[in-house]
Amino acid sequence: MENNEKQLLKEFAPQIERTGVQGYIWILFLLSVIGLGVFAFIQQVTKGHVVTGMRDNVVWGIYIVNFIFFMGVSYAGALISGTLHLFRTAWRKPVIRMAEFITIISLLIGPCYILLCIGRLDKLHYLILHGRIQSPITWDVIAISTDIFGCLIFLYLAVLRDLANMRDFEELQLPKWRKKLYRVLALGYTGTEDQKKRLDRATNIMATMVIAIAIIVYSVLAWIFSVTLQPGWHSTIFGPYFVIAAVYSGSAVLIVAMWFFRKVYHLEQYITKKHFISVGVIMLVLAAFFGYFTFSDYLTKWYGSEKNDELLIQLLFKEFYWPFIISNYVGVLLPLLVVGIAKLRTITNITLTAVVVIIALWLNRYLIVIPTLQSPYLPIQDSRPEWSIYSSTWVEWSLTAAGVALFCLLFTIASKFIPIVTVSGNVQETKPEDVLI
Amino acid sequence: MIVEEEQTNKKNSRRQFLKKGLLAGAAVAASGGMLKAYSEKTGGESGEKVKVMTTNGEVMEVDKAMLKLPRVSIEEAHLGIPGKKFVMVIDLGKCKNARKCVEGCQKAHHLPKSQEFMKVYLLQDSEKTSPYWFPKPCFHCDNPLCVSVCPVGATFKRTDGIVLIDNNRCIGCKFCMTGCPYSTRVFAWKHYPEFDEDKQPYSPEASSPGKEGTVSKCDFCPDLIRVGKVPYCVSSCPMGVIYFGDVDEDTVTNGTETFQFSELIRDRAGYRYLEVLGTRPCVYYLPPVDRQFPVDRGFNDLDESVKNRYLNTPYAQKHKL
Repeated sequence: MENNEKQLLKEFAPQIERTGVQGYIWILFLLSVIGLGVFAFIQQVTKGHVVTGMRDNVVWGIYIVNFIFFMGVSYAGALISGTLHLFRTAWRKPVIRMAEFITIISLLIGPCYILLCIGRLDKLHYLILHGRIQSPITWDVIAISTDIFGCLIFLYLAVLRDLANMRDFEELQLPKWRKKLYRVLALGYTGTEDQKKRLDRATNIMATMVIAIAIIVYSVLAWIFSVTLQPGWHSTIFGPYFVIAAVYSGSAVLIVAMWFFRKVYHLEQYITKKHFISVGVIMLVLAAFFGYFTFSDYLTKWYGSEKNDELLIQLLFKEFYWPFIISNYVGVLLPLLVVGIAKLRTITNITLTAVVVIIALWLNRYLIVIPTLQSPYLPIQDSRPEWSIYSSTWVEWSLTAAGVALFCLLFTIASKFIPIVTVSGNVQETKPEDVLI
Repeated sequence: MIVEEEQTNKKNSRRQFLKKGLLAGAAVAASGGMLKAYSEKTGGESGEKVKVMTTNGEVMEVDKAMLKLPRVSIEEAHLGIPGKKFVMVIDLGKCKNARKCVEGCQKAHHLPKSQEFMKVYLLQDSEKTSPYWFPKPCFHCDNPLCVSVCPVGATFKRTDGIVLIDNNRCIGCKFCMTGCPYSTRVFAWKHYPEFDEDKQPYSPEASSPGKEGTVSKCDFCPDLIRVGKVPYCVSSCPMGVIYFGDVDEDTVTNGTETFQFSELIRDRAGYRYLEVLGTRPCVYYLPPVDRQFPVDRGFNDLDESVKNRYLNTPYAQKHKL
């Protein structure tokens, strides 16, 4: 272990060794939110899906929205950390581990939401037992499981050096089992030249793979919608559109996580304004792409004005007016302005913008899923309002909140296990200067 | 076999239709002997006797329990009836939204009020065109997207053209419901008490008893076809709106009249709904010409909740219904 690494570890030791009162309150709060979600889930299982707002027309509700959202967020790590790693971007060190954690945690939570949509969880194994390769859902099962596997390997390779550092750092006051755990997980890595070379090569391969897998997973997700004939979904642009929207939301979540950990663990020294601006610029570029895709998609629908597309657009500008404005106008323009204008570029502003972007992208997915299901080819003729207009119930909201809480909880636990900022300085930097700014 | 309750004037044409061989094979299965054997197998007699008529025209008295249709196994239900290709023709000029097709279907399939395999829409293609009542079963498409997207093969296309669902296999992902552009499929959002009315073992051909958390839809009643009958919606309709038959035999019947399918489609300009989508439905419509009823007759004798369905349509709003 090099000296500067030791120095760093010493600094991070307190957050790993101890959890303060505030920390426990925070964890307790998260656990209670998750508890509420568990209660809601039990309701749904015992009483049936009738406790949700989903009905025969809007058969998929905010569960699917959350599914797309969390899967999208998982790209923060896959694409951003993969790319940053491959390009050896100098400033990535303090933020790359957060990106990797975001990836793997949201990738574990996302698929849970699709399970909530499934009417017969007892027959879930049929997806493997009787799987049909013709179905995009089977593509999804294959793609997502590959993605989880690939990302886990990538994350493991990325933390291996630090696991070895933790093992070798004797001053760390931890219970025996945890020390033993580090010893086992470090896989006997001691940092010999040969080990370094192998690890670097493996990490590079996985970084490339993870980028490719991520693009495939999100495209497959988009195809679940675009292979159908539904107005608004049957669009060729959906694959790349979903990929861009995913990375975009991931960059915003990364900024919020940076702000949060900087505040809680006092990382002002490591995560500086420069980092916020760097990730902010990534977010700005993605915002422009996202705006462009959104515009292309709706322009062609509106200009050609096929009857059902026209009805859909009418619906978007009437019943869904504010969500539409927030997601597709504010969500695109705000980052362009705040990051684009040098004067407005402060840490607080960038973080607030990121929060708006996260909300905007959640709404964007909502506007993709629900209005289309509310305007099928045959007009909905039903006297029961809940069967024609979707409104999510407390069960769905509780489970949504539980997902967010689980995300925060797993993130908190991960940061207690390994420093949230990469300690090892072993990766060679080819470019000491900032690439992006 | 035909239940005698049905009007006598229907008998002849129906028999003729049967003779044409919609079900040469199944007619044998439907004879009394088979019925008896079946009732012995399923156990017990109810004691209630009902008069029925066999395909030979003989009237016989059987136990009510025997009237239950025999159900084929799930494996058999995948195969389809050999040498058949079923088709339905709906004459929009005759429909007055009596909803007997909906009710007959719901009763026979043990469905709750909130699940309709057959739905009746009030459509109006554009502002200046005439509104009409539009009964809509499953179209049993020849290029069915619902079948393509099913991840577990729970919904399948048979050799006789019928698209069925195996509720034992269905995982309830609802992808087929978004895949179907005709809003045909329904989901069991909970366990409905009506499901328990059916004591017979489940068969995809009967789509009953329903199962919570799975998808179901109109099945063209293959269990009825096997015993030489037409689907429930066809026999329930008082106006004879719906015709059912076989494309290869080129015959369709509504129970009273029998037509040559190709001639009917040619002479009456039959068409398929939303042909542009490329799903190739097996249900044809005859345009709403030479109406037997004015459209507003369809609003008569409706339950308030059913009537309310149509209040948002341009027609109802224009006439302040």
